Amino acid sequence: MESTTMQQSSAPVITGRTMRYRPLNLARWVIWSITALLMIVMPLIFTGGFAVTLMSQMGIMIIFALSYNMLLGQTGMLSFGHAVYSGLGAFIAVHVLNMVGAGKVWLPVSMLPLVGGLAGAFFGVLFGYVTTKKSGTTFAMITMGIGEMVFASSLMFPDFFGGEGGISTNRVVGESFLGLTFGPGRQVYYLIAIWCFVSMVAMYAWTQTPLGRIANAVRDNPERVEFIGYNTQRVRYLVLILSAFFAGIAGALSAINFEIVSAENVSAVRSGGVLLAAFIGGAGVFFGPVIGAIVFTLFAVALSDLTKAWLLYLGLFFVMMVMFVPGGIASLLLMQLPLVAKKQFGRMLPSYAQGAVAGVILLAAAILSVELIYKVQVDSANGTVMSLFGIAFDAGTLTPWIVAAVLWAIGCFAWRWAGSKVRAQLDAIQAETGGLA
Amino acid sequence: MTVAALELSDVRKKFGQTEIIRGVTLTIGKGERHALIGPNGAGKSTTFNLISGRFAPTSGVVKLNGQSIAGLRPFEINRMGLSRSFQITNIFHRLSVFENLRCAVLWSLGYKYSFWHRLSALRDAKERADEVLELIGMQHRRNSQAGLLTYAEQRALEIGITIAGGADVILLDEPTAGMSRSESDHAVELIRKVTAGKTLVMVEHDMSVVFGLADRISVLVYGEVIATDTPEAIRNNRSVKEAYLGTTLDEHAEEGALG
Repeated sequence: MESTTMQQSSAPVITGRTMRYRPLNLARWVIWSITALLMIVMPLIFTGGFAVTLMSQMGIMIIFALSYNMLLGQTGMLSFGHAVYSGLGAFIAVHVLNMVGAGKVWLPVSMLPLVGGLAGAFFGVLFGYVTTKKSGTTFAMITMGIGEMVFASSLMFPDFFGGEGGISTNRVVGESFLGLTFGPGRQVYYLIAIWCFVSMVAMYAWTQTPLGRIANAVRDNPERVEFIGYNTQRVRYLVLILSAFFAGIAGALSAINFEIVSAENVSAVRSGGVLLAAFIGGAGVFFGPVIGAIVFTLFAVALSDLTKAWLLYLGLFFVMMVMFVPGGIASLLLMQLPLVAKKQFGRMLPSYAQGAVAGVILLAAAILSVELIYKVQVDSANGTVMSLFGIAFDAGTLTPWIVAAVLWAIGCFAWRWAGSKVRAQLDAIQAETGGLA
Repeated sequence: MTVAALELSDVRKKFGQTEIIRGVTLTIGKGERHALIGPNGAGKSTTFNLISGRFAPTSGVVKLNGQSIAGLRPFEINRMGLSRSFQITNIFHRLSVFENLRCAVLWSLGYKYSFWHRLSALRDAKERADEVLELIGMQHRRNSQAGLLTYAEQRALEIGITIAGGADVILLDEPTAGMSRSESDHAVELIRKVTAGKTLVMVEHDMSVVFGLADRISVLVYGEVIATDTPEAIRNNRSVKEAYLGTTLDEHAEEGALG
């Protein structure tokens, strides 16, 4: 028996021909079960209307971001026009829903996302044929062009796109099935949750198929793929169609959720948003965009209620992530795994806690500065009196500005100090355990 | 006479106004181990690119097992049974060694662009990939990320990917470039092992490798084949000596014969 090396410790021992990744499969079952359980239980814990709305939007965004990552993270295709597929899927879905409402066609509302998905895939077949002829930067440029084209058409064809006002609809149509009308927000949430879960499983399963693996190969080295028998153009095209299918599902769900679809659904803002979400979460890992979608929705829905400067915060956060954590939040989590596996994670906690304190101080400094500037520059017509964290003060006086400066100074100092502590502790652990994988 | 594995007749390639390949004619029989040698810039790699479909020839005929392949795309030529390696290591960096090899066998096993098969259920793909893994002697690196391998290991993986699909004509572009003496001896053994029963065409600068492996040698100078013959005859060929390495060829050859 050969001695197993570090890398093999996670894989099972090879025992004859019926080799199975049992421990890995078990972990997968556990993770998927927990995910499903969370999706079921969350609205029972957070019963407020706002919480349910928030979670519904998270579910939609998770599907959208994962579908986007089939392109970006799995196949290495940077698209600037992914909202085209979710948006057009949403438009087709909203028209079909209105036809159902008018009694022209019969379709249960719960199956509408499938219509959206097929519509998305149809436009994937159509536009993807053009965009996937090229790869890399050229692909990115063409997707941007197609995105602008569709957005422009949305204002040129008001019959289909509804012009400025968009197309509105009513999701409570047809006879109720087992008492489900999809009128209440929570019923819509569970519809979204089911579609979200099924889509997540399907997109994960896709990564474990021959096409999914060859897509990874295309991402790593498209040229070589051509020399092992695969047409990279065909690979890109097929992945784009599949990705557009899931984007269409997300679009139809948003049509059901908001009961309105407008030009904004196909806009570059949406396309940019899904790119941010996938990147913030971590495009290199399957579950990265799930985290990204949750964070992005928190910014876009929860934070936008609290401050008008939410886009600025999102932008700052994105820049910070690109500069300091290019692998996304998922990569930060994965970095902890070897520590946990070696039972050393507890030793990191004190220095992590110090880092967290420093981070909170910096965050407070940033928020105070942004809100002060925002008040003075944009919102001064309403007076300079404002409140933050329940403390009222006057932006016209010097005191809050001094407080902000002091917070910045303390925060920066504390951050550097905590950073060196974290590094020292990591080095110490590595020296003791002989390096972490 | 049986059909040649690879047949080039009067193949030419122009980049702009410059003719890089100026009428290459070459016939390589089935099961032959053929080496392509020549000074830097002679057009050896370009010839490989023309055969494997990376570039289309400007004119001329390229036949693989009797079928014309000139102007076909790389994946079409690969599906007809020709596979090549690259001078600069060309692997899938973020995938594991095993996944690299499994990718390389998928097409030949007929899975094409399937997204309805589960990879882990494809026993034949797994077995073939593991077979190649064993052949290139990298079982201990099975789950390592390919980008983190040592140079010599990456070169071995490069050869593994090339042969995994079961092509019967193998083109190796400088398989031992940048290797130490012991590494390159190891590589020669590997090449001999994995190309058994197949047609091999290789570009190589290391004369001991060339004279150790090749049945026949072609000498390419300024885009033309100036001689094709057995190693023994090439060594004594006056025009090769003059045009190419002069006396150093002899020294290399003797070194090769000894080693």
